[in-house]
Amino acid sequence: MDFTININNKSLVASRGETILEVMNRNGIRVPTLCHIKNALPTGACRMCVVEDNKTGKLITSCSFPAEPGMSILTHSPRVVESRKTIIELLLSNHPDDCLYCVRNKNCELQDLSSELHVTERRIRGIKNKANLDLSSASIIRDPEKCILCGRCVYVCEEVMGVACIDFINRGNKSIIGTAFHQGLNTSSCINCGQCIMVCPTGALTEKNHFAQIQEALSNPAKRVVVQYAPSITVSMAEELGMEPGVDINGILNAALRKVGFDHIFDSSFSADLTIMEESAELIHRVQNGGVLPMITSCCPGWVKYAEEFAPDFIPNLSSCKSPQQMMGAIIKSHFAEQENLKPEEIYSVSIMPCTAKKFEAQREEMTREGISDVDAVLTTRELARFLKLFGVDMFNIKPELVDSPLGFRSTAGKLFGASGGVMEAAIRTAYRTLTGKEMVEFQVPALRGFEGRKETKINIDGLELGVAVVNGMTNAKKLLDEIRSGKNDVHFIEIMACPGGCIGGGGQHIGTSDEQLRARMQTLYRIDETERIKVSHKNPEIVDLYKEFLGEPLGHKSHELLHTHYHQREVVK
Amino acid sequence: MTLVQHVLHKYPAVGRDNLIPILQEIQTAEGYLSKKSILEVGRYLDIPASKIFGVATFYNQFRFEPFGVNHVQVCRGTACHVLGSSTVLQELEKHLKVKAGQTTRDGQFSIEVVACIGACGLAPVICVNGEFHAKVTAQSIKEIVDSYKTKGE
Ligand code: SF4
Ligand code: SF4
Ligand code: SF4
Ligand code: FES
Ligand code: FES
Repeated sequence: MDFTININNKSLVASRGETILEVMNRNGIRVPTLCHIKNALPTGACRMCVVEDNKTGKLITSCSFPAEPGMSILTHSPRVVESRKTIIELLLSNHPDDCLYCVRNKNCELQDLSSELHVTERRIRGIKNKANLDLSSASIIRDPEKCILCGRCVYVCEEVMGVACIDFINRGNKSIIGTAFHQGLNTSSCINCGQCIMVCPTGALTEKNHFAQIQEALSNPAKRVVVQYAPSITVSMAEELGMEPGVDINGILNAALRKVGFDHIFDSSFSADLTIMEESAELIHRVQNGGVLPMITSCCPGWVKYAEEFAPDFIPNLSSCKSPQQMMGAIIKSHFAEQENLKPEEIYSVSIMPCTAKKFEAQREEMTREGISDVDAVLTTRELARFLKLFGVDMFNIKPELVDSPLGFRSTAGKLFGASGGVMEAAIRTAYRTLTGKEMVEFQVPALRGFEGRKETKINIDGLELGVAVVNGMTNAKKLLDEIRSGKNDVHFIEIMACPGGCIGGGGQHIGTSDEQLRARMQTLYRIDETERIKVSHKNPEIVDLYKEFLGEPLGHKSHELLHTHYHQREVVK
Repeated sequence: MTLVQHVLHKYPAVGRDNLIPILQEIQTAEGYLSKKSILEVGRYLDIPASKIFGVATFYNQFRFEPFGVNHVQVCRGTACHVLGSSTVLQELEKHLKVKAGQTTRDGQFSIEVVACIGACGLAPVICVNGEFHAKVTAQSIKEIVDSYKTKGE
């Protein structure tokens, strides 16, 4: 039911149930918000979004107040503006004046708001926040001094990720965001997904940075420094570089990485193809030999840690395949090292990932051989953009170059890993071929595409009906696992990605990525899949060669040694 | 059956409604909320540990460390406040090197801040192991607690 309300002396249409904020946003009236999260129940905590109710003279929070017939609202009256300004001044009064030393400098909502509201002098002086940095996690750094208590991280961690390892602790002016018992994040149930970083308006949450180690390796003549980049990287860097969303920077990235001084450049989409070879073989093996089903993908280290902590009963369901990052790492320090006549320790292996959890994964004990990590350092998309600046690479004036070969060529199936549903599509294509000896007539599986938190369908492989499900966002995964626990038995293969939309929405991506930008990234991946010729992992010529020359066959002896692993229940504070 | 289990069994195993009464009972029984008990409550009610810790730290009544051999209650009621209980507390915290709500490393002393303990005529008042000490000053507080230290040995 629609009615009109009056905003800034203009009549606007509103529908029942809409908040004032929603009506304003639809009509191009921008009012700042801090604690507000789209689609979440409003908390009304920050009062940044106040507007003036012209009839009562009251200031009300537009994010939580429903629009009502006959309302008359002022969004920028002097009182309103003054009140917003005071809120910012109060937030600044105990905030460390650290902007010049802050990762979020020039990309901080607190900075933006204080500039928008013309805060130009310090009218309110308070005692500066004092708290210790939490450096314990392999992925996430928490700096509670910079926290403005908006609560967005708490919401995402609990409602989207189903983890809830952080919450409001204490009360009043002693309030902080913290873990249970004030312990380090590393002992908590945090799955390192980085989604909290994505919503944090300030520098209170950032990723653990590996710049120094990488720079040192790059300037060490005794080290061969190699780099790989994840499937989603080339389609999700545009925003960081100031380009149109969805642009595929592809060859430019290779050129840039060479400029920085990396000796070899590999594409993790190649090892995604490798993952598909192993994983589809594993699936078929399980189906044909009465193995544990449903099999669940294990390329997302956020999900893997979640399983170890919250769903240990599903560990036998996890595919034993390492993730593409780790497969590439293992191949680099074995086969590649051999070919280049290098010892594994002479290679410094960097990966560029959309993901903070990959930093955690790289340092897992299971991902080392004889004390040497397969991957030595991980940069997120955001960090890469900063890294390239540091080396003075001008991404607008650079000629595209090819990735190194071998270990660089990819099929479009491997590239699809970047979006939720991609691993599944890629695996189905190869499993179909292995089981039937024929290629699928239509490669695309529309039912597994798009942004839905959960997608399900049946794939008919010559009479064998394979039930498949794809979920992203851990709360969606949790629901599916619960259904399976209580008897759902029509799925045989599940893809789980921790982050909404899959890795294109990963916790290491551009901060402030909108839904439209995510869609653009996804569309680009689908377009690549449509236009390029080699659409299946098993036809990637370099994959074929790798098996011929080195690995033998999927699930073979070498594969087991290098490309597979096992996971165990993990005791954490939860 | 552990003490915590005993408390838990009195309540239905769902819902957050009973969280506070459960925590209160455990604290009454054990003197404080141990990490172990909080985790156990969390598992029972299916509430993340961070949430329970968040709720518990919201209220002043809960403590997270066991009492010391000697428990020092510092009154911060109005009368005591007017006569300087805040400096007394500060001195005490400095002297024992722990804050109110905490227990010294050697387990000898714990400090608790309490509201008026009904002895306003003697303000500022502290109460150690149930014994009242009247008209405490920033100087005398050290001697008072030190006298307990020797007693303890
Ligand atoms: S990284 Fe993920 S799991 Fe860890 S605190 Fe942030 S949102 Fe929660
Ligand atoms: S850490 Fe960031 S997201 Fe979390 S409450 Fe603080 S400012 Fe908000
Ligand atoms: S979905 Fe992708 S980006 Fe997110 S945690 Fe998993 S692997 Fe990382
Ligand atoms: S955005 Fe409305 S109260 Fe915070
Ligand atoms: S105020 Fe301290 S005893 Fe009453």
